[in-house]
Amino acid sequence: MAETVTGLPIVLDHVAAAPGGVPVLAGIDLQLAAGGRTVLLGPNGAGKSTLLRVLHGLIPPSAGSIRWGSATGRPGGQAMVFQRPVMLRRSAAENIRYALDLAGIRGTEADARIAEALDEVGLRALADRPARVLSGGEQQKLAFARVWALGPEVLFLDEPTASLDPAAARAVEKIIVDIHRRGTTIVMTTHNLVQAKRLADDILFLHAGRVTERTPAQEFFAGPRSAEAAAFLEGERL
Amino acid sequence: MNTASESFALAAGLVTHFDPHLVDIVLLSLRVSLTATFFAACLGLPLGAAIAVGRFPGRDALIVLLNAMMGLPPVVVGLVVYLLLSRAGPLGSLGLLFTPGAMVVAQAILITPIIAALTRQTVADAWSEYREQLTSLGAGTLRAAMTLLWDTRFSLATVLLAGFGRAIAEVGAVMIVGGNINGVTRVMTTIALETSKGDLPLALALGLVLIAIVVLLNALAQLTRGWARARFG
Repeated sequence: MAETVTGLPIVLDHVAAAPGGVPVLAGIDLQLAAGGRTVLLGPNGAGKSTLLRVLHGLIPPSAGSIRWGSATGRPGGQAMVFQRPVMLRRSAAENIRYALDLAGIRGTEADARIAEALDEVGLRALADRPARVLSGGEQQKLAFARVWALGPEVLFLDEPTASLDPAAARAVEKIIVDIHRRGTTIVMTTHNLVQAKRLADDILFLHAGRVTERTPAQEFFAGPRSAEAAAFLEGERL
Repeated sequence: MNTASESFALAAGLVTHFDPHLVDIVLLSLRVSLTATFFAACLGLPLGAAIAVGRFPGRDALIVLLNAMMGLPPVVVGLVVYLLLSRAGPLGSLGLLFTPGAMVVAQAILITPIIAALTRQTVADAWSEYREQLTSLGAGTLRAAMTLLWDTRFSLATVLLAGFGRAIAEVGAVMIVGGNINGVTRVMTTIALETSKGDLPLALALGLVLIAIVVLLNALAQLTRGWARARFG
């Protein structure tokens, strides 16, 4: 995390995105500073996942520009956990080693990080098990162990607990809090408003491909500023 | 008695007694086709993976061409290799014509498109699942291609088997470039042409061995895949 080049703040200037030719985002102006936990809320199809992928550099903007701090192009020091984890056909530990290798971390330093990361998520005993035969919850924890080992500057989370049972979801939330405490900036999407209340410092509300408001979490849940967000919260309460 | 049952009896005798003549022919067949599969794999696996992961102009046309070339007629491949290797041909100085080397070349050309096309399909399917994750982790195109080749290794074993099966069973190409010379380039399939000269038992025996080899290899592949699925998911 002590990079001389920082990928923060992330600055979006009039960004539009049309993955696969379908317009999803339009006119997004946004600045994400270091340190916070930002939760993206909005109805299905609002563009939350697409915005997350644009921020992570997986989808190039179709218009406008994106800058990551002082980095030229897409920086290292970013990581993402997807709704469904993708594991390679090798052991849990080797999956983490693969990610570290891509980040240029090898040898004893890698060994130490792998052990620490598996401890953090409680998967030490499964280190040598093939990753793809682990349960869904275990695979998601392993995805977080991979992130823990990388120690990224920014972490993007796309509905990280959506396919987990309540116990696994709680465990993953705790890991997210731990990762944030270590100094990682968190940007996540969720459909779980209770989870958003627990984890968010501020809320970014999207509707039909546009940001309608960005509000500190407490204030947002007390009374959102935009009519779209108010209608969304109203609908959730019904 | 009729010729068929007599021939079967004689053929069974040849197989069960490991007739040295028969064994030599089987070993040569295996050597030629395994070597051809090896070279075709060295070319076809990376080529298939590169086309699956890479984005370049003409990619779609290349995929169509590759898929079409899976059906290359062996006789045509044999003819082209013959022309290349014949004394007056561009590679005539190598003196490969009518040697096992020429047969390896012909079979490798025949099955490289098969291995490349099937590899492309296998790797492309995996790529659509892994793409975002590998890109997120910072894997470039080359690294991603190598990772996918390794991660689909059990499916690719079947791909190599398909190539080998095609190589060892074809007759047109090796007949033309090998010449079916007794003791030098006579393999299991070209010997089947001995039928016209009346050596039905030997031809039948080789047919039996050929089928046994193909069945054995496929059984092995099936077992490996089942084991791998249980072990690695």
